[in-house]
Amino acid sequence: MNAITQLGSQFIHTISGLGKTAFMLLYVVIGLPTWRGLTLFSKQLYFIGVLSLPIVLVAALFIGMVLGLQIFNILSRFGATEALGQAVSLSLLRELGPVITGLLFAGRAGSAITAEIGLMKSTEQLSSLELMGVDPLKYVVAPRFWAGLVSMPFLALMFSAVGIWGGYLVGVKWLGLYDGAFWMNMQDAVSFSEDVINGAIKSICFAFVVILIAVYQGYECYPNSEGISRATTRTVVLGSLSILGLDFLLTAIMFGDF
Amino acid sequence: MQHHIDISAMTFRRGSRAIFDNVDIKITRGKITAIMGPSGTGKTTLLRLIAGQLRPESGSIHVDGDEINQLNRSDLYQLRKRMGVLFQSGALFTDMNVFHNVAFPLKTHTSLSEQTIRQLVLMKLECVGLRGAHNLMPNELSGGMQRRVALARTIALDPDLVMYDEPFAGQDPIAMDVLVKLIKELNQSLGLTSIVVSHDVHEAASIADEIYVLSQGKVLAHGTPSEVMNSTDPAVSQFMHGKFDGPVAFHFDRSDYATDLMSQP
Repeated sequence: MNAITQLGSQFIHTISGLGKTAFMLLYVVIGLPTWRGLTLFSKQLYFIGVLSLPIVLVAALFIGMVLGLQIFNILSRFGATEALGQAVSLSLLRELGPVITGLLFAGRAGSAITAEIGLMKSTEQLSSLELMGVDPLKYVVAPRFWAGLVSMPFLALMFSAVGIWGGYLVGVKWLGLYDGAFWMNMQDAVSFSEDVINGAIKSICFAFVVILIAVYQGYECYPNSEGISRATTRTVVLGSLSILGLDFLLTAIMFGDF
Repeated sequence: MQHHIDISAMTFRRGSRAIFDNVDIKITRGKITAIMGPSGTGKTTLLRLIAGQLRPESGSIHVDGDEINQLNRSDLYQLRKRMGVLFQSGALFTDMNVFHNVAFPLKTHTSLSEQTIRQLVLMKLECVGLRGAHNLMPNELSGGMQRRVALARTIALDPDLVMYDEPFAGQDPIAMDVLVKLIKELNQSLGLTSIVVSHDVHEAASIADEIYVLSQGKVLAHGTPSEVMNSTDPAVSQFMHGKFDGPVAFHFDRSDYATDLMSQP
């Protein structure tokens, strides 16, 4: 009986959590369009987007270089090393760019957002806003949500661009591939509407999920050090798993017609 | 309307424990009302109920004629603009300096010029003796100073109702004297309704027009400071005169000490 009670309680907890998230989303979506909102939004765009650039770009460079090395190694067995540009750019634009940026984003920005909102809750700053007649959903949550949603596709595109450059450095500058072949094959194979746009759509979907998880976990966490630590962990774990699951779903929809 | 806040037959529970059990509290407009009682009796919870952050299980809470639990989100936020709440912790925004913390409600809710806001902020900080600290960050201040900055922020918009949660805690004797006078002066010059939650019996009684003593979910006593101080009720007398012996237990609800010590972990 205890197990059934626990299962029921867990079910009710999950459904109530989803309901709260939906309400939060509603308030956040209608919560931006004021001048003050734009100032807060640009501040968060800097913290969430611009300050994520170093980790995203350094990771992109190394991943592009590793990708270049591995793919060159395989292609050289078939004498098809000219296809390196095509292989590197498609894997980055379609998959690795959005997915790895999403994972890095969940680890760097998502965890920071959860911890910041959680600490604001535990130090009664959110309560204090409420009692000053300022809605924390509009003042604290909405700017972070929108800043995350806007910055992620740009981060993912920059990740792909730097990754391709990393592949170029290894393939052309180090292993001696003809650079005309690298760029020409890439241009022939990559379709702007199918690959670049689909990659951007993926990154927007990932940003939506990660940022929603991050703000919800921060806003609803138990306001003590253990509660904040658990909420931060949940943001990274749930955010990362959601990205990977959603990626399969989106890939099947976007590229599943054989 | 005589009563700024009218609480009728209000019950509020945390789990199965009744924090308030069918209580009636009337806060008179323009007066200072002190709320007192032993720790854990729900004084801060009462402030949150009045501000609409918590909802009672039954009964009603009218603030300025509005039933607080019937208001929609936007009306509730409008009403809160006319309230000021000083938290026990201060709850300053840690990413803003003292000046911007006090300026925050003015910038958010008014369209005053930068110069006017600056003058108002400096005036409020002067009242609490911290004008010289306006460039400091909250983490550079002591707990008592943080609460004084929070007080300046609370009164920045000149609200109709100010609720002070332990305003005297952690203050040195000089600051305490200044705060006592400040609360009294604000009340008299602006006609504010003030609710002071405090354990400092003598300071609170010296400025209060009325006192409510709460304990175990009930109103133990209500009246003017002299009526409450001279109460013959043993529980009220014990609390007001700070005696260990009496009907108000120092310990939280507990089982037999010896049985508890001898029982298995």
